[in-house]
Amino acid sequence: MAVSAEAAPDAKAGTGEHAPRARRGARWRTSLTFWCFVAPFLIGLLVFTVIPVVWSAYLSFFDATNTVSPTPEDFVGFGNYTAMLTDPAFQDSLITFSVFAAFIVPVTFACSLGLALMLNRVRLMRAFFRSVFFLPFACSYVVAALVWKMSIFNGVRYGLANTVLDLFGVDEIAWLFRPDPPWFWLVIVSLRLWIQVGFYMILFIAALQQIPQHLYEAAYVDGAKPGRQTFWHITLPQLRATSVAVLMLILIAAYQAFDEFLLLVGTMPSARPPLVYLYQTSLGMQQELGTGSAGALILALLIALVTLLQGKFLGFGNSEER
Amino acid sequence: MVAFKRNDPSQQTLAKLAMNRRRMLALGGLAAGAGALSACGGNTGRGSSEGVNLSQWYHQYGEAGTQQAAEKYAAAYKDATVTINWIPGDYDTALSSGLLAEKEGDYPDVFEGHLNRAMVESGQIVPLDDILADVLDDYTPDDLARNTIDGKLYGVRMIDDPQFLYYRPSLLEAQGITPPATFEELMSAAAALTTGDVKGLFLGNDDSATKLFQPIVFSAGETLLTDANEIGFTKETVLAGALQVKELHDSSSLLVGAPTEAWDPSSIIQNLCAIQWCGLWALPQIIEAHGDDINVIPFPAFGGGTPTVFNGGWDTFVNAKSANVEEAKAFVKWLWIDNEEFILDWNLSYGFHIPPRLSMRGSAEQLQSGPAAEAVRISEEFGWAENPNWTPKMETAVDDMMNHIVLEGADPDAEFDAAAATIQGELDSIFG
Repeated sequence: MAVSAEAAPDAKAGTGEHAPRARRGARWRTSLTFWCFVAPFLIGLLVFTVIPVVWSAYLSFFDATNTVSPTPEDFVGFGNYTAMLTDPAFQDSLITFSVFAAFIVPVTFACSLGLALMLNRVRLMRAFFRSVFFLPFACSYVVAALVWKMSIFNGVRYGLANTVLDLFGVDEIAWLFRPDPPWFWLVIVSLRLWIQVGFYMILFIAALQQIPQHLYEAAYVDGAKPGRQTFWHITLPQLRATSVAVLMLILIAAYQAFDEFLLLVGTMPSARPPLVYLYQTSLGMQQELGTGSAGALILALLIALVTLLQGKFLGFGNSEER
Repeated sequence: MVAFKRNDPSQQTLAKLAMNRRRMLALGGLAAGAGALSACGGNTGRGSSEGVNLSQWYHQYGEAGTQQAAEKYAAAYKDATVTINWIPGDYDTALSSGLLAEKEGDYPDVFEGHLNRAMVESGQIVPLDDILADVLDDYTPDDLARNTIDGKLYGVRMIDDPQFLYYRPSLLEAQGITPPATFEELMSAAAALTTGDVKGLFLGNDDSATKLFQPIVFSAGETLLTDANEIGFTKETVLAGALQVKELHDSSSLLVGAPTEAWDPSSIIQNLCAIQWCGLWALPQIIEAHGDDINVIPFPAFGGGTPTVFNGGWDTFVNAKSANVEEAKAFVKWLWIDNEEFILDWNLSYGFHIPPRLSMRGSAEQLQSGPAAEAVRISEEFGWAENPNWTPKMETAVDDMMNHIVLEGADPDAEFDAAAATIQGELDSIFG
């Protein structure tokens, strides 16, 4: 559609007197095309994001238990916000999330960069290895969480992980459901790495291939040794723009962590990130849509704050200035 | 309320798939387009002029044939067209959003569930006193009490599902032990029965600590909430019990991380454990696997009290928003109060349940002998029931307390005080 809309003015340009009308028609058609492509997404954004967010903000000032249309008598002002901010379970969930983010962000970054560097040097079957590491990204968290929970890390003797441990004479471990020792972090982190690393690895490979080869040659001429020296002084600085973007993406993905936590450790109070807690408060048995909405807005403010700070310190968006 | 649920985790997963926020966003545009198209169609086929349409919601029962049975009952009803909505996965969440719906066909007219006070306060359900008036003395006092808020009856009991411990007599005899009657005996039995391949006891994966709160309370002759709606249990009782539960969890005789939760009998069927917490519904499956080598005991007594049995089950309600409340009530009366054939079929032909109508229990031949008869006996002697004034928030507070004390070794005193404060706050806001 876009092609025909652009081609139209050229085709009619030679006929002289029809040109203005044709241009108007072309403009109209171009904007129709634009709206045809954009409207479904915009309507979806409006219906499924903007309206719910505004409605949720409205609900956050009411005692909206079991209802999405509270009456004026249910008005509680900022009551839901104070309840949420003083709720120890909500505070715990924020701590849980911080621990998770502090761990998963650097580990994912290091693993994907490491894999990218290795694959970039591989001569043999490069496309094969790239696909193998990228493929898990196509798997849904729900499916992966079930595989991790029910076959690899189940607590009985025939679980894959326990079978391996058994070979070394180690007793079986209940990987999930027990906070001490917190083996569940191993399950969650390994699952997330398995799914995510391939994607960021591809981003890094693309960036690595953009680095001009002559930089390395010049460094070699100047006596820099290939390896650590060129990595720290050429590769890493050249990857700055990509690194900042990848860090941001990993952090955002960590904020959105929900599926695997709900499925793997949803009932364990010490392993509940904020989204799972809010889901249970507002959509589970409790149906407290007012307090849940207040919590969601508090969380949104926190995310905005962290993103702004991160942008300030890492300079996301100013990467051209380097 | 984990202890009260019987949802299959893998099915919950599928339901949660639909709730995935990112997926919602991704599909948002598509769905909006589809919605716009279907709006052009206008007639959705529901609410047509040919008589009354009723939508009836069930959670997905695990036993084969149950969905077909529900559809058979619906088809047999002549005064309305009843559509069955059989909901796999997280039923509570699906039901909650269904009850928010405004349009006929989107909401259930008749649904199964468990009563809690918020359903009444937010006007979601209608009282059913009139259809139950003639048969009040044909239900157990517990089955009436759990469906009563402020003197009005809101639910009709469909099935009684006692939950207790199944054990393998042969395994106990091999160790020279008798079925445990106290929690101390249960701990030593679990330890003795734990071998390389078999764990002594399976209580559940994610609720093995939380589900023992009520047994601790009821074993001591205490209760969740008193008749005056005050906290009905003491710190002393709860902490003594919780510390014993911690001792059990610190031992290595509990099965943790089984492929299915305890509502499913797979663990005892596959010999992963010698004793398992489960419900009467699973008895036919377990007998099929182990024959005579199975029996049941109530949950052993804490601290010199009495054993306990949780009398779970399901009730039916009528949605107050229904466009056909009277017709829905008539259907409920026809199916779950008067229809002896279908009530017995539902209770006995798939998994086992105790028919709630006392007068029908005599016809339940399947429950007259063996472990089934014993299950009925202990359910009647030691059973406790939910209290509809005990809100999900209160349950979450004690669940968190049990998890913190038992699994994380938190300070029991402080944990109890925190939970009690949450419960008291909830009581004050409801009855204050």
